Amino acid sequence: MERKNPVFTAFVYVCAILLAAVILAPLAWLFVMSISPAADLAAKPLRWWPQAADFSRYAQLLSTAENSAGAAFTASLRNSLEVAGMATLAAILLAVPAGWAVSRTPSVGWSLSMVIATYMLPPVALSVPLYMGLSYLGLLNNVFGLAMIYLTILAPFTTWLMKSGFDSIPREIEAAAMIDGAGLLQTWRIITLPLAAPVVATSALFAVLLAWDEFFYALLFTSDQRAKTLTVAIADLAGGRVSDYGLIATAGVLAALPPVLIGLVMQRALISGLTSGGVKG
Amino acid sequence: MSGTWMTTRAWLLMLPLLVIMVAVIGWPLVDTVRLSFTDAQLVGTAGNYVGFDNYTNMLTSSNFSRTLVTTTWFAVVSVAAEMVIGVLAALLLNQEFRGRAVLRGLMILPWALPTVVNATLWRLIYNPEYGALNAALTQLHIIGDYRSWLGEPGTALAALIVADCWKNFPLVALIALAALQAVPRDITAAALVDGAGPFNRFRFVILPYLAGPLMVALVLRTIEAFKVFDIIWVMTRGGPANSTRSLSILVYQEAFSFQRAGSGASLALIVTLLVTVLAVAYAALVRKTAGSAA
Repeated sequence: MERKNPVFTAFVYVCAILLAAVILAPLAWLFVMSISPAADLAAKPLRWWPQAADFSRYAQLLSTAENSAGAAFTASLRNSLEVAGMATLAAILLAVPAGWAVSRTPSVGWSLSMVIATYMLPPVALSVPLYMGLSYLGLLNNVFGLAMIYLTILAPFTTWLMKSGFDSIPREIEAAAMIDGAGLLQTWRIITLPLAAPVVATSALFAVLLAWDEFFYALLFTSDQRAKTLTVAIADLAGGRVSDYGLIATAGVLAALPPVLIGLVMQRALISGLTSGGVKG
Repeated sequence: MSGTWMTTRAWLLMLPLLVIMVAVIGWPLVDTVRLSFTDAQLVGTAGNYVGFDNYTNMLTSSNFSRTLVTTTWFAVVSVAAEMVIGVLAALLLNQEFRGRAVLRGLMILPWALPTVVNATLWRLIYNPEYGALNAALTQLHIIGDYRSWLGEPGTALAALIVADCWKNFPLVALIALAALQAVPRDITAAALVDGAGPFNRFRFVILPYLAGPLMVALVLRTIEAFKVFDIIWVMTRGGPANSTRSLSILVYQEAFSFQRAGSGASLALIVTLLVTVLAVAYAALVRKTAGSAA
């Protein structure tokens, strides 16, 4: 075991504090900006802590009064929820049977490898025909069309996670149910799906995070409040003529809250999901 | 149950996924190849066959070579920094100290923060008039005058790389930490008894356990960095003076801003080919690393 060297211990604590500061400082500043009065943010020298916390921007963004900054923001929030929800549901419905099939019948696995290899494709390689196709179908600036496009990202990933999940469920349990006369659907309902529920939940959360984070396709395929997602709305704010930087920060905090909460609550599951690919190689 | 029926059933279960994947990935990819040989516009004309004109025009343009250099520079520096800082952070998080569990938990925050929010946050920090970086550096007397970090070609790319690193090194750290925890304690203890110093213990005892997972992280991060679009678009849109323009942004400008679908498609395929070559070379390297570590 490591000898307890006081100099080494002190070094470890200094590094730990430094790491915590590097992680936390930018995040803390985002929050402080969101509650600082505009005058404090424009002051020179900059005021690092607001004289009085001002939460009015949160109310402003979450209000649904017509033609306000809030109306655009809440519309994009709703669009993001709809797109992420639809795309995740569809991805899971595709991934469960496909993941199970590859797990139980490895001879078809090469088709999944091909699907996963598409991860290498830069979205720009698909974007022009997808744009023309959506335009032809009348699905540009439409949450349903965007959700369908998100399957290019979500479906390969969830199928791969489901396949690894099914791999860890012994096929002997399924075989026993089948010998007792259960059909495939019955075996799934009674044995496989209940055992796979945690993996389904993890896959769904990953899918929601990916959809929530997506920007490129949303930028290309949406143009107004009917379909613009949160990421595009925030990029608009950041690149626009908004003079109140606190408002931009507030939008950032609100958009970051759902994934950050999911990340904190699901830490263990997410980390094992993230690292399993890496550790197993 | 016969093998053929098992295989048929497997294909039937995969069918919905495969149909959708052909519709949203397979067909668009094939159509991009077709478009790349035409002078099609994004809206309107279907375009005529022009042979390899788009490819030769793109490959010989100074825009392309300059953007390729910028993208490579971004990818190499940010991924290298993420790997080094990530491994150092993992080694730290593998030590015993109070508050370790909390610090490990914090590492998930930058990863969970949406990319666009991260870009917006750093854009605010770098703001030339009211940004926190200028304020902090002047108040500490490190710089005399406020600077436009994202507005000057000399600093914009470096500023982007810092923002990208901050978001992505924690993921490398978490992957490396998981691998470190798989190192059997008696092996490190034995190396200590045998008189191996800290560096030799890292090089010969710990690194073999890290090599495989780190190679995978390196491959994934490099591919991501080569495809980079979001963070650059939000922070600089490729400017100033195109000094931060990545390949993906160049394709976007060509195909969507200038509506030249044909030449945009040819450029997109050139990028795809570059990423594929990278990935295949890496995959061979991963197999070699995994082989020698086992």
